[in-house]
Amino acid sequence: MDNAQPRLVMKKIVKEFPGVRALSGVNLTLYPGEVHAIMGENGAGKSTLIKVLTGVYPIDGGAVEYEGKKVIIKSPLEAQLLGISTVYQEVNLCTNLSVTENIFIGREIKKNGKLNWRKMHNQAKKLLEGLQLQIDVTKLLSSYSVAIQQMIAIARALNVSAKVLILDEPTSSLDRDEVNQLFSVIRKLKNEGLAIVFISHFLDQIYEITDRLTVLRNGEYIGEYMTKDIPRMDLVSKMIGKELVEMKKIESLAENKTSLNQSFLSTELLGLQGKIDPFSIQINKGEILGLAGLLGAGRTELARLLFGADQPDKGHIHLKGKQIKFSSPKQAIYEKIGFCSENRKSEGIIPDLTVRENMILVIQGKYGWFRFISKEKQREIADEYISLLNINPANPEQLIENLSGGNQQKVILARWLITNPELLILDEPTRGIDIGAKTEIMKLMTNLSKEGTSILFISSEIEEILRACDRVAVLRDRKLEKEFNNNEELTQQKLMKEMAGGV
Amino acid sequence: MIQRLPLGYKQLPLVATVSIFILMYGFGSFRYTGFLSSQVFLNLLIDNSFLIVLAVGMTFVIISGGIDLSVGSVIALTSMVAASLTMNANLSPLIVVPICLLVGSIIGGVQGSLIHFFNLQPFIVTLAGMFLARGLSYVISVETIAIDHPFFDFMANTRIPILGDSFITISVLIALIIVIIAVFIGHSTKFGRNVYAIGGSEQSANLMGLPVGRTKILIYTFSGFCASVGGLIFTFYMRSGYGLHANGMELDTIAAVVIGGTLLTGGAGYVAGSLFGVLILGIIQTIIVYEGTLSSWWTKIAIGVLLLLFIVLQRIIVIRSEKKQNSS
Repeated sequence: MDNAQPRLVMKKIVKEFPGVRALSGVNLTLYPGEVHAIMGENGAGKSTLIKVLTGVYPIDGGAVEYEGKKVIIKSPLEAQLLGISTVYQEVNLCTNLSVTENIFIGREIKKNGKLNWRKMHNQAKKLLEGLQLQIDVTKLLSSYSVAIQQMIAIARALNVSAKVLILDEPTSSLDRDEVNQLFSVIRKLKNEGLAIVFISHFLDQIYEITDRLTVLRNGEYIGEYMTKDIPRMDLVSKMIGKELVEMKKIESLAENKTSLNQSFLSTELLGLQGKIDPFSIQINKGEILGLAGLLGAGRTELARLLFGADQPDKGHIHLKGKQIKFSSPKQAIYEKIGFCSENRKSEGIIPDLTVRENMILVIQGKYGWFRFISKEKQREIADEYISLLNINPANPEQLIENLSGGNQQKVILARWLITNPELLILDEPTRGIDIGAKTEIMKLMTNLSKEGTSILFISSEIEEILRACDRVAVLRDRKLEKEFNNNEELTQQKLMKEMAGGV
Repeated sequence: MIQRLPLGYKQLPLVATVSIFILMYGFGSFRYTGFLSSQVFLNLLIDNSFLIVLAVGMTFVIISGGIDLSVGSVIALTSMVAASLTMNANLSPLIVVPICLLVGSIIGGVQGSLIHFFNLQPFIVTLAGMFLARGLSYVISVETIAIDHPFFDFMANTRIPILGDSFITISVLIALIIVIIAVFIGHSTKFGRNVYAIGGSEQSANLMGLPVGRTKILIYTFSGFCASVGGLIFTFYMRSGYGLHANGMELDTIAAVVIGGTLLTGGAGYVAGSLFGVLILGIIQTIIVYEGTLSSWWTKIAIGVLLLLFIVLQRIIVIRSEKKQNSS
């Protein structure tokens, strides 16, 4: 394979944003018939590298050679015409168009100057059947789940005579079967001579599917390795630049904690028709309660009821022993409840505001807009939390949209921490962020609970739940199924069985 | 539980529009003698042919997520250019008509370019275009210029007989041809589908490699072109050029498009819907004329109520489909 001519060579790529050097001297070499992983923490520059390669951002320095010729790619369209197709992390399709259109738009099939819908529908169907997906292609994209939309995005990328296929976090919203399905497609394409770039935070998947990998850290090129030759621990330490010992630390922290058996918030058959069946749950002071369940089990729905974002039609909430009703999140905030949505992009950050402005939103809202927090005070708060949460870049005046996902998440966390919450609801706070940031966030959770903050921790990753939580509640099919104390007897298998049900 | 409609949610506003039109027509026929005649229906087309053309251009603009406020003023400017070139410069219609069409298209194209290249809000850019075009028509003349020319007489007075005694005018023919072309563009051309994609998500459209910039410029050029065609039809109708012509007509156009079922936030809508939107505006006027005792301002009230109704209807549909997606 090494003797083969590389399909694509990127040399000494530099990309700068105002105030951030996103890429400095990054190399990437892709060979045909190979799956190549780009590894790095959030903010390492993976997404930027992809966007530079596909012409979304112009290159500030360095050179790109494609099939032996020097090229400058100026737009996504040019990249596609060259045969470089991308499936982005967030599904970037148009939900108001049909499945067929999403696959074909930009390269429609025509007949006598007219779009040939019938032929496109047929081909779309065939293409999706190749991905073992049998759906009605004439329906709107918005009528399908994110997992299916993801497969459609891949079908779209395959539909061009692609020579380089870039998959940016394609598996983050897929379940295990769908991942296997995707991997069999990837293997098939690899054998057909495609050069595939695969980005994922799941190390298992990297070792399962990739042949070679390039490691980036803080926008710098660390090195290129054959996947089978590099042990996991070496890879992780190359990505984060230090030996990873924190993982164990968390566990020891969790053990030291003595949970106070004092209820902070409890519910009595609280429910909302069509969202979640009535549930009774208790969250104690200083406790981390894990909420486990498959996608669509009703975890977010439950959290939204507790935060007053949705109104229950049944049952009651008791806060510190008193019955209370939240008619809006504002009231919940006054009762010192914080809620980090799983939807960081649309329900978390305000992309056009700075880190500082994003941080102070809730506390300022709580004060009311007439008691303005002075700019110096804001700066002070922002600086404090930037250093506390290790936010990178450490510039409070940076626009939040220029930060990586993990750092955005930390800013959102800071937004709530500033308000000194007594209950913090974290909905998938670790999704799509790297191990380093995950560890930091979980460490933070443990510290908070030691100081008496209750935490409702929602996560799809059972390992994380088992590592951090005192108790675990399992949801299945919009119903609270069971609660467990997190001790030695609670295993991943046991939890998984409960989540899957039927046994 | 509500029965699932066999139609997709996206067709619902269109169905609502057509049903409302039929209902109102039925109401009129039931209440007034002589209402149920083919000529009354055809008069709707005759009296509103310029609005139909405007609405066609506006439909594309709104589907793409934009807005074009300049169309009313472009009508006035077109009428002034047509009138002054015909009457003062004594040019042949063979020259005047292409120049008029060019004026609207250029204004549209420039607006589209500004919106794309400088990433400006369509609202502001076309608001500026609106003032500019209106002002320019006064630069040509502050007075009305009456047109007395065989070509304009021919265009205004020719009756094309259909269905026995009934007739339509050349303007209606032009408007319907434009509707048919636009339906084809919207459904069966790359450009048309790109418009929908941009309205759905401009960022996604860009990442999918669609020519977002070119499409946007073309959308506003097309809207400008439609405005100048509408301007010519308006000039045939009024047989004069005047700077006050079609004052505020951009808002009527937007109303017609929204009543026609196009989502103001972009991404969904049909040209055929806009045709019915215009016809609904027309039939409200007709009913008020037939009623005889009502002030013509009742038209505005009826339009206002209908607009609100449609916006609420659209919102309900959007909320419903979001809910549906969440629960799936």
